[in-house]
Amino acid sequence: MNRGMRALIPLAVFLVVVGFLFKGLFLNPKEVPSPLVGKPAPQFSLPRLDNPETVFSPKEMLGQVWMLNAWASWCPSCVEEHPILVSLAKTGLVPLIGLDYKDTQLEAQQWLEKGGNPYAVTVMDADGRVGIDYGVYGVPETYVIDKAGVIVYKQIGPVTVEALRDTIIPLVKKLQSQ
Amino acid sequence: MFRLIVACFMMQVTCVWAEEAQPLQADLAVEMQVQRLSEELRCLVCQNQTLADSHSDLALDLKREVREMATKGMTDEAIVDYLVARYGDFVRYRPALKSSTVLLWFGPFALLLAGGIGLFIQLRRRQAMTTDEPLSAEEARKVDELLDKES
Amino acid sequence: MIPEIGHFALILALLVAIMLGSFPIIGAARGNAVWMGFARPLAHVHFYLIAFSFICLAYAFAAMDYSVAYVANNSNSQLPLQFRIAAVWGGHEGSLLLWALILSIWTVAVSLFSKHIPDDMRARILGVMGLVSVGFLLFMLMASNPFERLIPAVLDGRDLNPLLQDPGMIFHPPMLYMGYVGFSVAFAFAIAALLGGQLDAAWARWSRPWTTLAWVFLTLGIMLGSNWAYYELGWGGWWFWDAVENASFMPWLVGTALIHSLAVTEKRGSFKAWTVLLAICAFSLSLLGTFLVRSGIITSVHAFATDPRRGVFILAFLVIVIGGSLALFAWRAPAIGRGGKFNVVSRESFLLANNVLLAVAALSVLIGTLYPLFLDALGFGKISVGPPYFDAVFAPLMAPALFLMGIGPIARWKNASLPELAKRLRWAFGISIATAIILPLILGNLTPMIGLGLFLAFWIIVTTVYMVSQRLRDSDQALLTRIKAVPRSWWGMVIAHLGIAVFTIGVTIVKGFESEIAVRMVPGDVAHLAGFDFTFEGVKEITGPNYSASKGQLRVTKNGVERTVLSSEKRLYTVTNMPMTEAGISPAFIHDLYASLGEPLSDGAWSVRIYHKPMVEWIWFGCIMMGFGGLLALSDKRYRIKKRAKNLAEINLSKVES
Repeated sequence: MNRGMRALIPLAVFLVVVGFLFKGLFLNPKEVPSPLVGKPAPQFSLPRLDNPETVFSPKEMLGQVWMLNAWASWCPSCVEEHPILVSLAKTGLVPLIGLDYKDTQLEAQQWLEKGGNPYAVTVMDADGRVGIDYGVYGVPETYVIDKAGVIVYKQIGPVTVEALRDTIIPLVKKLQSQ
Repeated sequence: MFRLIVACFMMQVTCVWAEEAQPLQADLAVEMQVQRLSEELRCLVCQNQTLADSHSDLALDLKREVREMATKGMTDEAIVDYLVARYGDFVRYRPALKSSTVLLWFGPFALLLAGGIGLFIQLRRRQAMTTDEPLSAEEARKVDELLDKES
Repeated sequence: MIPEIGHFALILALLVAIMLGSFPIIGAARGNAVWMGFARPLAHVHFYLIAFSFICLAYAFAAMDYSVAYVANNSNSQLPLQFRIAAVWGGHEGSLLLWALILSIWTVAVSLFSKHIPDDMRARILGVMGLVSVGFLLFMLMASNPFERLIPAVLDGRDLNPLLQDPGMIFHPPMLYMGYVGFSVAFAFAIAALLGGQLDAAWARWSRPWTTLAWVFLTLGIMLGSNWAYYELGWGGWWFWDAVENASFMPWLVGTALIHSLAVTEKRGSFKAWTVLLAICAFSLSLLGTFLVRSGIITSVHAFATDPRRGVFILAFLVIVIGGSLALFAWRAPAIGRGGKFNVVSRESFLLANNVLLAVAALSVLIGTLYPLFLDALGFGKISVGPPYFDAVFAPLMAPALFLMGIGPIARWKNASLPELAKRLRWAFGISIATAIILPLILGNLTPMIGLGLFLAFWIIVTTVYMVSQRLRDSDQALLTRIKAVPRSWWGMVIAHLGIAVFTIGVTIVKGFESEIAVRMVPGDVAHLAGFDFTFEGVKEITGPNYSASKGQLRVTKNGVERTVLSSEKRLYTVTNMPMTEAGISPAFIHDLYASLGEPLSDGAWSVRIYHKPMVEWIWFGCIMMGFGGLLALSDKRYRIKKRAKNLAEINLSKVES
């Protein structure tokens, strides 16, 4: 390589780095994709919020498309998401299972009385262990699970109207038709 | 003999009376493993801290899980794998060596090698150089002159 | 009204910067002396306007004007005055203004101390600095105006992040920015030389003191930041390989390489193209650091609140400044002369090898910092690259560099001989190896890393001592006279190199021998660590100006003799409702005792962490020595123009007399 070519190397390296930096501007470094997407939803059996004597397990949902929503009464962004979930539940499109993460029964029940209850079933994950199995790192987080019990999609942060309209509802419909 | 027993007994008493601070965790070997691991794991909530440094709820929960696994005698690898299965490679501050991280792990040493070879070629070429253009006496004088202009 | 005046001053400063960036450069190209002559007065006006604008913002903080959005977001009426002033650079907009202010300070300094530089060269240098300023002022006015009003105004501000309410905040950012931005001078010199084709030894001599001064600031700035993290974060770490720390460390590595290659270019006329490239890279990496902090591209403790629009703007600016200079380099570099001939074994070669190692080290830090972004952009998912990676990669790259530090200054210019060097240094080598093995054995922990670290540190010390003794022998004059006869720049190098050794000892010892315990304590309880007894004296509730705190005290005794009292606070800042831990530290030459109060447990007990950190202060003392070495080199006669002329006159006089 002659001198003229070599003198171009720094510029070439810089331009490659700039390409990545530009792409990086439109990525969110804080959002950590879940390795569980494409894997069977972890099994658990947890007491129901409405009736702690009885337990719920994801096995009961086999054969249908469902959504698992991790939430808590102490979580500020859950307030934002809650009415959207309530209206989703009203359409009856897909059963929502609530995972009440590191919460107390009383506060959770009060929250549902106040904001409405979009959940077919809510289970209590008081010590957050099931949350860890699902890789929850900040409520709210929502999983779409298919008929075979495989996690197909994970929404990190609140479910927004846009996310519901553009991603989640089309996905659920597609999975239901399979 | 009796005295010795009394002395021992009294020492025992003073030791109790001195109120030794109790370590937060009983099993030191386990605690060392927890410490070692949590210094290499990234907290997902406050993403710039290790599990060891973070006081977030999740970090405390994860540390509790790590401690339980360590108490069960699981190896470092098994514990890290457990967390990676749930949270992905993001939790490891020491990236795993795989095809996508080959450049990360070997890039610096490849650069060093390339730099070394490039340096050697340059030096050989320079040694063989026929023209020597060091600072000429004229240039050196000019430099001095420029610096002296000030006064 | 005052914020509007400040804003207006900033707009005027932009206009002046545009003039500064155009007239002198065009004048230099056309040989128009009048246009070139604009450079100096414009540099002054530019500085006054930005300084005035900065004072306006500082006044808004001091006067608690919460109708200014930036003031309302970054301070509070309960915040003590010194932190209200430091809050000027506590957020994105104000820190940008500090950046611009410091750039204008360096510009005006260059215009004051460049009388000996030819007019066209000076005009180009000041013009390039003006162009850089245009970018920053434009960015500030378009996307980050610190004077933006908040309508309606709020009664009180949201307060400065409690992490930043510390004396470190007053000194660390300005010092660091002086270093970062200081490399703009070397950059401007390099671009001016490339534009004018005057890439000779004179160029190297002019830019050398500026580069050294910027390097001194950067060294001390990084040191202050590291020391701040050590006592502020409450667990005694001093370097975290955080993305933004790396962003300050990369210019330091390249700047260190630059200082050394400038020396060769000045003395021997070699490495010209390489030196220019380093000058461009040092400042480019500073700019990259600015981009990383403000674009939100990478998660970091230092990151400011982000906005993609700002990111796009700075990236465009980066492409123009860095891309433009590298293109200019690619165009001009092939024509740059190669300089003096030297052998494969010579001081030039050792310096060049060290340069390669430093450059590779800087590139490795860059790879590690940006790798998560690369993978994410390519869709390979998210990974983290943290301290375990950098420790593993950095040590093997730095070890040969430290080893070469022992040889380089002793080797002869142009042509050295390996057998001769080996013969001269064999004792130094033996002593270093022996000490590196015996000392850890005495201290009770010999591992390969401890052995290697200590060997390298002693190797630098012993070879430096040997070099000094060689330089000072063979004269019957008094020692002091002999010391004075050696140039100060040489002593500066000696002290800076010893600083590296001191730093290395600190790092090695603290990594190899630190210990800690986590205990549960009720008042009266005693914990033991490293031969000390720590008696817990309980917790008191106290109230600060803008926080309430639990303050725990530990009385430290050794063999019954009281040594010190450590008090650690757990603060809750009232406005932000953020908890902070203030560690209790007893710093000393041999070791630090470090305690931090944890959480309250049941029955009036508290969790307490106690650390024993041997020789940790040496890390920062080493950095101070490096900085002092740099300053000593700057005070060398060669840079004191008038003195120098007088000396020459005296020499001439004595020649006449004899």
